[in-house]
Amino acid sequence: MVLEVFRKQKNVAAQAGSENRDIPEGIWSKCGRCGEILLNKDLIKNHKVCQKCGFHFRLTALERIKMTLDEGSFREMDADLLPVNPFNLSDYANKLIEARNKSGLNEAVVTGAGTINNIPLVIAVMDTNFMMASMGTVVGEKITRAIEAATAERKPLVIFAASGGARMQEGILSLMQLAKTVEALARLSEAGQLYITVMTDPTTGGVSASFAALGDIILAEPEAMIGFTGPRVIEQTIRQKLPEGFQRAEFFKQHGFIDQIIPRNQLKETLATLLEFHLQGVK
Amino acid sequence: MAATLEFEKPIQELENKINELRSFSRDKGIDLSNEITTLEKRAMEVRESIYSNLNSWQHVLISRHPERPNTYDYINYIIKDFIELHGDRCFGDDPAVVGGIGRFNSRAVTVIGHLKGKNTKENLARNFGMAHPEGFRKGMRLMKQAEKFKRPVICFIDTPGANPGIGAEERGQFEAIARSILTMAALKTPIITVVIGEGASGGALAFGVGDRILMQEHTIYSVISPEGYASILWKDSSRAREAAEAIRITASDILDLGVADKIIPEPLGGAHRDPKAAADLLGEALADSLDELLELSLEDLMSCRYEKFRTIGNLK
Repeated sequence: MVLEVFRKQKNVAAQAGSENRDIPEGIWSKCGRCGEILLNKDLIKNHKVCQKCGFHFRLTALERIKMTLDEGSFREMDADLLPVNPFNLSDYANKLIEARNKSGLNEAVVTGAGTINNIPLVIAVMDTNFMMASMGTVVGEKITRAIEAATAERKPLVIFAASGGARMQEGILSLMQLAKTVEALARLSEAGQLYITVMTDPTTGGVSASFAALGDIILAEPEAMIGFTGPRVIEQTIRQKLPEGFQRAEFFKQHGFIDQIIPRNQLKETLATLLEFHLQGVK
Repeated sequence: MAATLEFEKPIQELENKINELRSFSRDKGIDLSNEITTLEKRAMEVRESIYSNLNSWQHVLISRHPERPNTYDYINYIIKDFIELHGDRCFGDDPAVVGGIGRFNSRAVTVIGHLKGKNTKENLARNFGMAHPEGFRKGMRLMKQAEKFKRPVICFIDTPGANPGIGAEERGQFEAIARSILTMAALKTPIITVVIGEGASGGALAFGVGDRILMQEHTIYSVISPEGYASILWKDSSRAREAAEAIRITASDILDLGVADKIIPEPLGGAHRDPKAAADLLGEALADSLDELLELSLEDLMSCRYEKFRTIGNLK
């Protein structure tokens, strides 16, 4: 049963150009960490980073694309792939409708081609407004197609990961997306092409344990929550409170799993430099 | 004597009666063989009827039966001259994962599997089959070794999931699982994966990217345990039975969904009723799959493996 409400949507590439989509409702936002009341106009100018304490607000996929790619360069792929509900669960059908209304997206990842400082690349950006960017069949499919496109077109790949993990409502089919995406990455890697991961808040579960962990270079945003098992489950299992900063990006950098933590205002520049390094190679 | 599961009570009652009659007949010297034969026939019928109408939750219970044969048991039954190899060469040796080299039908193979214990003491030692990163990294090391020496790889899946804990996270549980999946995706030698108990989450999939995925009749394979599903989605882990039905986790479900390639029959009443017979059935299925895979060129093997996972869910 495909959800009837999921009619073919306007391609987000078209929306990425229009200003008003990026301004959240209302004029003010409250910082999730220090509680500072921030003027939305200033917040957006500051890449949605709190001017007072540096807290990085979560971004929508569209905001991220706009912030990262050269203006007007984004061409979305597979925008019309609609979610599936393989076991016809009614709770899940309702959640999908809610997610669509909340995010304005058909699924939890936006993929496509674009340029950064005129260097062509394939990009995938996950959006936590859609069911915490969990990965079911369609998310796995879109990411796999993006990886395959990068391989076929000999372009570098950048994935902005964010996810609560595999989407439980699609059962074993969600688990198999870990294998599907990683198989495609194995081919990309064998072809000698660059893959950069940017882990954003939160990158956990089956997404952290598949394509997100396998970048040639792994970057993260400050304080992003990362890990396989969520902190709540660990606390319930070991029956003790976890230390401050556990499973944050800084923790995993210290333990050797992340190359660099890059504040958002330097991210595009860092990506551009890394992409440039990989333009030349020994033929 | 295998521990009785709740739904097996009617069988148990008949068996108790049979035993009573036997001892009565022996003590009193009265011939009750007709009555006993009738009851035995009845017990068999009841068992057959119960076991041909199992619901998902009953499969979960059998897949977790404490006396169910584990990876070591199957190694003992069907792998000759097994030599266990320890350690990940980075951090340590994970007792929740067993690996080594042995002979399967006269061919050298690498065997890797989760290892559950059969009692509390063993389970504490084996961490209930929940691997740490060093367990997955040991597995990867042995897979690469198998590739180097052109040995097929056999993986046994039997885990409630990867270990949730501080040490596992510190040592990069997510990276270990991802890297293991990648290692299997690119491994240039045949891989057969067999689910022999419960397989849940990335901890199971880390040994699950096979050219063939076989499941024993009463096993389960899932993105998360039914308890986990109920607890996260419904905030009520006591609804695990419902979850087990909803997300389709039994061997026949997984076969229907195009993930498993084949179901391996078990002796009536489950593998734990007759481990030797279960191992023979498993060995036959393994031999068939291995023969099929050894016929393929390396190129075909690799492209079939890609297509297998690429087309699951049928969106391509």
